[in-house]
Amino acid sequence: MMTKTVAVIGGGPAGMEASKELAFNGFQVVLLESGARLGGHMNQWDRLFPNKRPAGEILESLYRNFPGSITVMTETNITSIGRNADRFILRTAGRDVIEADALLVCTGFRVFDAILKEEYGYGIYDNVITSVDLEQWFKEKRPVLTSHGRVPATVGFIHCVGSRDEKSGNLHCSKVCCVTAVKQAVELKEKLPEARIFCFYMDLRMFGLGYEELYKESQEKYRIQFIRGRLSEAFENMDGSLMAKVEDTLTAKPLRINLDLLVLMVGFLPSDGTAAIGSLLGLTFNPNGFLQPRDGHLQPHDTEQQGVFLAGSCKGPKNLEETLADARSAVLRIRQYLTN
Amino acid sequence: MKIEGKKRLWQQYQKEIAGDRYFYVRSCVRQNFFPGAEAVFLKIMQDELGKDVYENPAHTSCTGIGYHCDIVPFDTAMTVVARQFSLMAEAGYENFVTSCITSFGLYSEVLETWNHFPEKQEQAARFLHEATGRPFARPSNVSHASDIIYKYRHEIAARAQYRLVNSLTGEPLKGVEHIGCHYAKMFPSKGVGGAEYPYVLVGMIEEWGGEVVDYPERRHCCGFGFRHYAVRANRGYSLSCSRKKFESMQPYKPDFILTNCPGCPMFLDRWQYVISEMEGKTYGPGNEGIPVLTYEELAGLVLGYDPWDIGLQVHQVSVEPLLKKMGIAYDPDGKYLGPGGKYLGRPENPANIYFV
Repeated sequence: MMTKTVAVIGGGPAGMEASKELAFNGFQVVLLESGARLGGHMNQWDRLFPNKRPAGEILESLYRNFPGSITVMTETNITSIGRNADRFILRTAGRDVIEADALLVCTGFRVFDAILKEEYGYGIYDNVITSVDLEQWFKEKRPVLTSHGRVPATVGFIHCVGSRDEKSGNLHCSKVCCVTAVKQAVELKEKLPEARIFCFYMDLRMFGLGYEELYKESQEKYRIQFIRGRLSEAFENMDGSLMAKVEDTLTAKPLRINLDLLVLMVGFLPSDGTAAIGSLLGLTFNPNGFLQPRDGHLQPHDTEQQGVFLAGSCKGPKNLEETLADARSAVLRIRQYLTN
Repeated sequence: MKIEGKKRLWQQYQKEIAGDRYFYVRSCVRQNFFPGAEAVFLKIMQDELGKDVYENPAHTSCTGIGYHCDIVPFDTAMTVVARQFSLMAEAGYENFVTSCITSFGLYSEVLETWNHFPEKQEQAARFLHEATGRPFARPSNVSHASDIIYKYRHEIAARAQYRLVNSLTGEPLKGVEHIGCHYAKMFPSKGVGGAEYPYVLVGMIEEWGGEVVDYPERRHCCGFGFRHYAVRANRGYSLSCSRKKFESMQPYKPDFILTNCPGCPMFLDRWQYVISEMEGKTYGPGNEGIPVLTYEELAGLVLGYDPWDIGLQVHQVSVEPLLKKMGIAYDPDGKYLGPGGKYLGRPENPANIYFV
């Protein structure tokens, strides 16, 4: 019997993990990545919640024992996907043609573009950054300073930026931003012990093991202050600091607070690749733009298109544990499909 | 502040503004508040720019203030608006221009309602016919008069007699701009520059040589807010809104405040006097206030119009400090003389704020 080929679209953690497992199961694997390197968002991340494990360890693990038999094609954009009998024919912008017996879509997510929340001033006010920017600062070991070179005395984290927000058109919860904010607030406090750090939240969704403990520790040990209320708008003061207008919904009082640094916890959105590949394949999108499996409970990897499977955060926000487990689970389903 | 970030946003919020043949509808209140402003707009458009601007004396209030005070039902407002549009079509015009920001907001709201709920348009057409016998029509373009001045800001600059530059130091004059809430907060795409960082007045100030200063309470309400003022018991709230803005802008030392709404210049001007009387506090240098202008008045000054011909003597905050900074030659003795040299009377001197 000829070895079957699986084309894995997307080289983030889900795509890498699935490719390895597919190769270990004896399949030919072609891994297609639109970016310059594999690893996806992990490349931008310094440490992971809840235990502040270095993200590099996970990346290293994904690369470790990466089978040489996997054909990796980076900077590859798929322009068409057709079928010839039971085989898929993928054509790329570079005029490559890839044939495969099954497709695994692992096209992942992108983060919300904080510029769209115009009233928060990202891209306009000097001291408004996103959670991704802050993580990059941590990764590059940059000193945490304001744009004017001062050590921030007050820092605000704004939860749910572009998530659970009808005005942004995104009703879904991005799941991981709450615990990411707690993690980043703790890390910031470790770097700036004198700073007063506030988290402004709608409600805190500490769903994973260890998350609640981290949240508790952040209050008891690190004195992070949690204020239930959503930022209505931010302004720049004369000295470049920010004035944030928030309602403290527990005390039912409007609040004006001066902050030296404002961190926007940007949410998950379907990546451009998820939208493009989903459209090329005629897949079903859920109302939030992520790809919809045939049955979220019972057939979480199947689609309406025979031979096309889904894994990872192209289906919706996931943490890393869920993403990797989902990738492994998808491999089992593909093996079942290709061997029967 | 990253100006590039603002420019990127401004590029996203550009709207179509008709170039000529305007059907102009006046504000209910502006001719009382700032009686020269609308006349200046007509003079600039007709005499300076040679545009066709038509007014029909049969047009009425749009009902916007009553609508926002919950006195006029929306169905009634839509019927009144339909009548205004019908008058426009009857006169052979398609480009509707409003003097008032609240009107602009209401016209935009009505048109959007009709776009999304065609049955409401059919209803408005039916009501219009039953009430007046008039045919129904829609404009092809709705602009606020500040959009038109913005569109022709370069042409005005080319004819400028004075610039927003300190004639003694050569430094740009500093302006803070305040946009009426109903200009873009309801429909950001209908305002030049959007809702959060509107560009319509910024564009004028920059084009005419000035510099805009942003300040923390820029977006805060001027203090009109309809119910803040229309309900008498709330007037302290109105005053506190304006005060919050003055306190926030004062450290930036603005030379003037520029507005595009009927209510904003009224309250930002008059409340400076009230605060000076109540607290002895003024917000300009010494005991001066911060002069407050409408965009038409500012354009008129730039074009060299006599400040007393355009009604600046009825401002509560004396504009003379600004006139001096711009190097405008004006006749101090002509301030309280009306047409034909008729003496208009002089207000009593306030206790604390500089007044000429």
